[in-house]
Amino acid sequence: MAAFARAAEPAIPDPMNSQAPSLLSPLLSGAGLGMIRGERVLFRRVSLSVRPGEALLLRGSNGAGKTTLLRILAGLTRAETGEVTRAAPHHWVGHREGLKPMETPRAHLKLWAEAWGARTGTDPVLTRMGLTRPADVAGRDLSAGQRRRTALARLLLEDRPVWLLDEPYTALDADGRALIDALIAEHRAKGGAVIAALHGEAGFPGSTDVTL
Amino acid sequence: MSGAPLLAAFRQSLGEAWAGGAGALLPLGFLGGTAVLVPLGIGTDAATLKAVGPGIIWVALALASLVTLERIFQADTEDGTLDLWLQAGAPVSALAAAKTLAHWLSAGLPLALFSPVLALMFQAQASPALLVNAGLYALGSLAFFFWGGVGAALSATVRRGGLLISMIALPLYVPTAVFGALAMSGGPGSTGAPLFLAASTLCACAVAPYAMSAALRLAAD
Repeated sequence: MAAFARAAEPAIPDPMNSQAPSLLSPLLSGAGLGMIRGERVLFRRVSLSVRPGEALLLRGSNGAGKTTLLRILAGLTRAETGEVTRAAPHHWVGHREGLKPMETPRAHLKLWAEAWGARTGTDPVLTRMGLTRPADVAGRDLSAGQRRRTALARLLLEDRPVWLLDEPYTALDADGRALIDALIAEHRAKGGAVIAALHGEAGFPGSTDVTL
Repeated sequence: MSGAPLLAAFRQSLGEAWAGGAGALLPLGFLGGTAVLVPLGIGTDAATLKAVGPGIIWVALALASLVTLERIFQADTEDGTLDLWLQAGAPVSALAAAKTLAHWLSAGLPLALFSPVLALMFQAQASPALLVNAGLYALGSLAFFFWGGVGAALSATVRRGGLLISMIALPLYVPTAVFGALAMSGGPGSTGAPLFLAASTLCACAVAPYAMSAALRLAAD
């Protein structure tokens, strides 16, 4: 599981040190990414790529630019320098859930299944995410953890090779964390890739850190 | 490209407009309140009321569109829905148009349909002309909503963006207001005015979605 990941400055990957590089082509890669916010250089010359089965963790203190880098990879924000190549469709679960105050988890999943033309039924997804009980509760009455589970449930609506996750563990209980770990492990076993911004949490098995 | 994302965006906006019950009734209340207050302000002289009636309804339509549009894209930015729509694989301009159309259907069209009742409150003669006017109001309000949508998209990341929306949208409302009022005046030039009104509305529908798209991408950036 050798993700080629290089943050900032030189650090040329040592071929002797890493395991045999995967021959599969990258699902998503960014080259020489740099970003300026206000008058501050957020990061520069960040290059990264993920291949099927790999997981990449963006690390850094608050304000280091993890979310911004993730948004650049998703195509939401334009990088000041560098280029992103997306070879496969991706799922986005951002810091903000995308759930309307009056929307129930069931309605949310139905809406996005419809928008994406996904054929997965919403009921199995709700069950898997432990959302059966609050399935018909309006978004504003859900707990933060339930809203997060609803947002993460979108990942199961449609098979997309790349998952971009911004702090996926936020507001989740131990049960929810275990669930996310299981989902990610399954996804990677199926040949999917994950790029996640994480705080202090331990990484996924065999994941590579990119420190900003 | 399939129309599924557009249909979903349309349905979400329609649902959002009616969510909580009163959402779409606000502009109606706005218009009704205006109709009640104007006679108190300018007197109950029937001739005066009859003369200002159509104009008052145009003004109320314009203001009601601004009131309802303030939140449409701002809410999407705050709850993260905008990020999802930008990645939905459909042209953002078409998505913005679908959302605007949904808001017009839930807030603009009811106003236009309600306008004959208001016209009667302003001492207009009950005649088929009132229904024609309702059609003109519907046509004009569509332009109001599309231009207002541009203002709403541009101020999507601005808290209390209402003022900004008004500043951006009101100048764009001018052609619609001019031709709309002219069409109902019965004076010189009023026969061709509906066509100009339709032209300005078509112009809004053609140009505004691209402006909204650019503004929304900027808001997410």
